[in-house]
Amino acid sequence: MGTNVSLEDKFQSYVDAEKKVEPKNWMPEKYRRTLIRQISQHAHSEIIGMQPEANWITRAPSLRAKLILLAKVQDEAGHGLYLYSSAETLGEPRDKMIADLQSGKAKYSSIFNYPTPSWADMGTIGWLVDGAAIQNQVMLTRTSYGPYARAMVKICKEESFHQRQGYEVVMKLTQGTPEQIEMAQESLNRWWWPSLMMFGPSDDNSPNSEQSMLWKIKRKSNDTLRQEFVDKTVPQAEYLGLTIPDKDLVWNESRGHYDFGDINWDEFYQVVKGNGPCNKERIAHHVKAHEDGAWVREAANAFAEKQAKRKNKEASAA
Amino acid sequence: MSTTNWKLWEVFLRSKNGLSHKHVGSLHAPDSNMAIKNARDVYTRRSEGISIWVVPSEEITASSPDEKEALFTPSDDKVYRHPTFYDIPDDVQHM
Repeated sequence: MGTNVSLEDKFQSYVDAEKKVEPKNWMPEKYRRTLIRQISQHAHSEIIGMQPEANWITRAPSLRAKLILLAKVQDEAGHGLYLYSSAETLGEPRDKMIADLQSGKAKYSSIFNYPTPSWADMGTIGWLVDGAAIQNQVMLTRTSYGPYARAMVKICKEESFHQRQGYEVVMKLTQGTPEQIEMAQESLNRWWWPSLMMFGPSDDNSPNSEQSMLWKIKRKSNDTLRQEFVDKTVPQAEYLGLTIPDKDLVWNESRGHYDFGDINWDEFYQVVKGNGPCNKERIAHHVKAHEDGAWVREAANAFAEKQAKRKNKEASAA
Repeated sequence: MSTTNWKLWEVFLRSKNGLSHKHVGSLHAPDSNMAIKNARDVYTRRSEGISIWVVPSEEITASSPDEKEALFTPSDDKVYRHPTFYDIPDDVQHM
């Protein structure tokens, strides 16, 4: 009579029944660690992701473009904060997460280690990078950990604006002068492959994926998500009259999907290891912004203390 | 750095009058005023709320999942608390 059901087995059948795990529920330590790693990495990506786009705020080509870009970068900050607070429900202190990011112990999405030398990149990032992120995040709205799933619902609603505004930027360029069309194409050429890498290693090289799928943290494999992204994006590029830089890209009638060329995994692992074009710059900037903001935090503390004292005084006088 | 001890606050929003405040997430702030200001920036960028509550997380007492049975199962067998428990002929109207 299976009286000796382990806590792990109980947890698995709970998750199998499509019930959500909430902060105070028992969970395997490895489930907790996996989530902390994944959610904090996701939060760091949102925060570091502000940098490549912030690069263009002061030189956006119009006031309209500038307002939109500001709003988008502000959203990324918000997304980072929803995610940090959801990771904190697992008992991981905020300061530790930030310290791990700054020391290089924690990772963030490699895509943000590429530079943004052209205005067209603001469009391509919204279209491809946010598009790839949405592909992954829509899946995560159904993740088994409640606080993470709720943060994702909120993020997905806002990401849709990000992708559409990006596509609009690229579309405007492709309707412009030959130079502008060339800008859009050149940007697509640089971002296409790194965008495909955003889904992570291929399934046979992704050792943690199986357990994550079993726990329903993830619902789809890296390769499945990547294929969905390619299938959605190719017609969008065709509409713009742009060419995806992959000579092996072809519609496969029997599969009902696009076939595409091999990803340069050496490049992927080099960037993950810290050897991408902007890794050092991104972390150095984060550290500097954190340190430059110290006086603001100190002032807020001083003000809070003063207010508390005043309140106490009033209370004792009354 | 003196931020390490900023309290964690739980944020609740009322989306419009007539509805209750609903939990939306949490954030750090040195005091309740700053918590409200931060909540406005983090959680209401798209008119999600017309009123904000912030509560220090440490002030919330939650029931434990272990007590779930003791707390909530007693009501499971009291089906007579539901209107559908009673057989009233269809001919009887407005009931």
